[in-house]
Amino acid sequence: MSDPHPLLDELQSLADKVVAEATAGEQVEAYVSRGGHTDVRVYDGEIEHFVSAQAEGIGIRVIRDGRTGFAYAGTLDPDAIDEVLAEARDNVAFGTVDEWAGLAEPDGVERTAQSLWDDALAEHPTDAKIAAAKELERLTTAADPRVRVDDANYADGWGEVAVATTTGIREHGRENGCYVTVSSLADDVDETQTGFGFSVARSPGGLDLARAAGDAADRATRLLGATKPRSRRLTVVLDPYVTAQFLSIVGSTLNGESVVKGRSLFRDRLGEQVAAPVIGLVDDPTDPRAYTATDVDGEGLAARRNVLIEDGELRRFVHSSYSARRAGTVSTANATRGGFAGSPGVGCLALSLRPGTRAQAELIADIDDGLLVQEVSGLHSGVNAVSGDFSTGASGMLITNREIGAPVRELTIASTLQRMLLDVVEVGGDVDWLPMRAAGVSLVISGVMMSGT
Amino acid sequence: MASPRRPVANITGGTLVPLGSLGTVIDHDVLERVLGAALRSGGEFAEVYAEDKRSTSAGLDDGRVEQVSSGRDRGAGIRVVAGETTGFAHTSDLSERGLLDAAEAASAAARQGGGGERTVALTPSARRSVNTIERFPDEVPKATKVELLRRIDDAARGVGGAIVQVSAGYGDSRKRVLVANSDGALAEDEIVRCVMRVNAVADGDAGMQTGYDSLGHTIGFELFDTIDIEEFARGAAHRAITKLAARPAPSGSLPVVIKHGTGGVLFHEACGHGLEADLVGKGASVYAGKTGQLVASPLVTVVDDGTVAGEWGTLAFDDEGHPTQRNVLIEDGVLTDYMWDFLRSRKDGRAPSGNGRRESYQHLPMVRMTNTFVTDGVDDPDDIVRDTEHGVYVAKLGGGQVNTASGDFVFGMTEAYLIEDGEITEPLRESNLIGNGPQALKDIDMLGNDFAMGGPGTCGKDGQGVPVGTGQPTLRVAALTVGGTAS
Repeated sequence: MSDPHPLLDELQSLADKVVAEATAGEQVEAYVSRGGHTDVRVYDGEIEHFVSAQAEGIGIRVIRDGRTGFAYAGTLDPDAIDEVLAEARDNVAFGTVDEWAGLAEPDGVERTAQSLWDDALAEHPTDAKIAAAKELERLTTAADPRVRVDDANYADGWGEVAVATTTGIREHGRENGCYVTVSSLADDVDETQTGFGFSVARSPGGLDLARAAGDAADRATRLLGATKPRSRRLTVVLDPYVTAQFLSIVGSTLNGESVVKGRSLFRDRLGEQVAAPVIGLVDDPTDPRAYTATDVDGEGLAARRNVLIEDGELRRFVHSSYSARRAGTVSTANATRGGFAGSPGVGCLALSLRPGTRAQAELIADIDDGLLVQEVSGLHSGVNAVSGDFSTGASGMLITNREIGAPVRELTIASTLQRMLLDVVEVGGDVDWLPMRAAGVSLVISGVMMSGT
Repeated sequence: MASPRRPVANITGGTLVPLGSLGTVIDHDVLERVLGAALRSGGEFAEVYAEDKRSTSAGLDDGRVEQVSSGRDRGAGIRVVAGETTGFAHTSDLSERGLLDAAEAASAAARQGGGGERTVALTPSARRSVNTIERFPDEVPKATKVELLRRIDDAARGVGGAIVQVSAGYGDSRKRVLVANSDGALAEDEIVRCVMRVNAVADGDAGMQTGYDSLGHTIGFELFDTIDIEEFARGAAHRAITKLAARPAPSGSLPVVIKHGTGGVLFHEACGHGLEADLVGKGASVYAGKTGQLVASPLVTVVDDGTVAGEWGTLAFDDEGHPTQRNVLIEDGVLTDYMWDFLRSRKDGRAPSGNGRRESYQHLPMVRMTNTFVTDGVDDPDDIVRDTEHGVYVAKLGGGQVNTASGDFVFGMTEAYLIEDGEITEPLRESNLIGNGPQALKDIDMLGNDFAMGGPGTCGKDGQGVPVGTGQPTLRVAALTVGGTAS
């Protein structure tokens, strides 16, 4: 976030000005941001919508005598900023005294510089954006005669942020990126299946339209003729896209705030074997390949690499300055922030598993009766990160006698998070840096219950 | 517990809401000029959607009120429709200059061919009130709101030593909305919401379990005078404790009985989304082309109604300025109509159904549900359980997800029991249920006479979340796949 830019100086000075108003005994944090996006949707060769939008706002946290208050406004109008500070101060009185309440303090860790801004994208012409969406639609329908397109989209966005605190944090930065997505439908006699494809890049030249189109066509057509399988326990291979979603849930159980509040199922397990020895789990937002790469966390501390699980042994939880203070440790720079309208929480920023060496096809060639899970649904409703109960809707391909077999859908896979981590047989070598807080890789897990008929 | 409310088709109350009108922030002649500017370089339709929202939230966790938070969101979204193309821009600057800039951006985005002068004359809609607000939440002291959280914490922890953690969240908002369009329509509304959530964690020999509950209504702070907040908290705590002794849920296809007030999400997922005209229009719904056909058990009548007083998905006007109404979607099993927004109804040359909604001024409207429910059947709910030899009784459903094109849907059971020989017996651990919408609707073989609305929901579609309500009587689906681990 060290990139010099005049508009950023303006945001930083707005944040500085708020912090300068702090009175004795008061901690103040100002988080100021501004951003915009373009969104082009194409349907049937025509532009369905074109959205061009900007938004800005400020969130202010005030802490006094162990009590915290917060307020925000979706504007940077000077009168509104005064009102936000007054509201945040007013809110302080209603919090409970918390001896650990406090803002982050500079900890001397150096930032790992990241290149998160691309001038070419900022100047990318509108016509090219529209052309990309149209081309994506064309490529997708051309991929297979059974495939239709629901919508094809090009989108890009940019954001600028400045944060300042009375404790000496003062950071600003900007970031932009673009992506294309396509939703597909495939029809056969009396059924329709759906698919999607996407490509994400920091620069328009990095978008891979062919891959997005191919994925969308493949995802929609591969399930045509799928049936509901017989219920049984078997070995599953999670596709990289599914593994990334699984890792996000695992990451939430290693959240230091859940740990100090007694809500993590791994709270007493530091130093113990919680996963199969092949599991090495790292949270590293300084890795430039990560979609969520960043140089600072939501409180303005330098992002850093944290090893969470090594050879299956639980090594570390992730912390913000608050959860770290309560746990008697130091922040791992894992404060998360959803924008100016919220105060920081705790979470993993860029998870990845230590990859193995083998391709997915080689993993499948070891399995007599299994399921290649290509998509999951209802993760938000069927997984409980506190109890560890895991049950999710799924679709994919059966693995029969070491080969890909028939497509299956309308089934669930179930186990517990605790068991699944211990039941990991192998991690693939096919790491895919997806647009999520976790990287994808093929993952083989034994003893999972598949429910169908 | 939230007192179950029966849906009322008519509009209640004559209380005119005392509000500082957004119309005083944006003059009508400014709106007319902005709409004219939006159409200057082409397009058949332009619209301004402006909102001014103040919200308060307070969170308690681990015995502490962690933070009271205040928010202010204010801005306008402007859309221009030219042929098949919609241009959209938004701004947080409600001055005439800010609005004109956004109008030009939206117009440029939609630009398709010839321009021309368009004058717009606005005719305000009659103020319409579907909810009666007695105590505006922004006029209630923050200390009173925080006190509710402490009572919840005390009550939940009072249930027993097994309760090791409690978190609770309070939220309210008061949003003034104005919609004006180039057809001359002008509608103003004020939407008030109060919501409370509680989550309890119990710890036992077999690990931790959670119990959750929420209540939310489009009424004022008087909501908390009509609700026993301690009972609400104890309910969540009991749910967590009950599950400590839960056994793994079964795996496979079984009859599933769903308690009244908690299973509306089944219809939201199994057919609601598939009846949205935008998805139907693109052939992305299993219900496309099925109007007039039997698509559900003849026991089933499904209604979407944005006028049900006080419910979470209730609003006087939709987010395109059209009055909400009661829409019968499926009647005695026969598909009668889809839900419509302005764009889709205009294309089909019919009246909109009041289902054009958006998350905020920063979003384009699209077809969305309001309060979606199944009306009463005739069965005694106890008989439904007694008539089930071996199955699952779901007392509380979690969220769900649907693929409208294939019809496959899932939803989570957060409190469920085994039914053995017509009796509710052992509690089950959490799992998902999976089914196919059209099949599940046909498989409903018993429908109770105990209708109840459920808790507040947030429905996500295309990246936008909007508040929705659901409701249903106790019912049985002859076969759904239960996604547990016990063979």
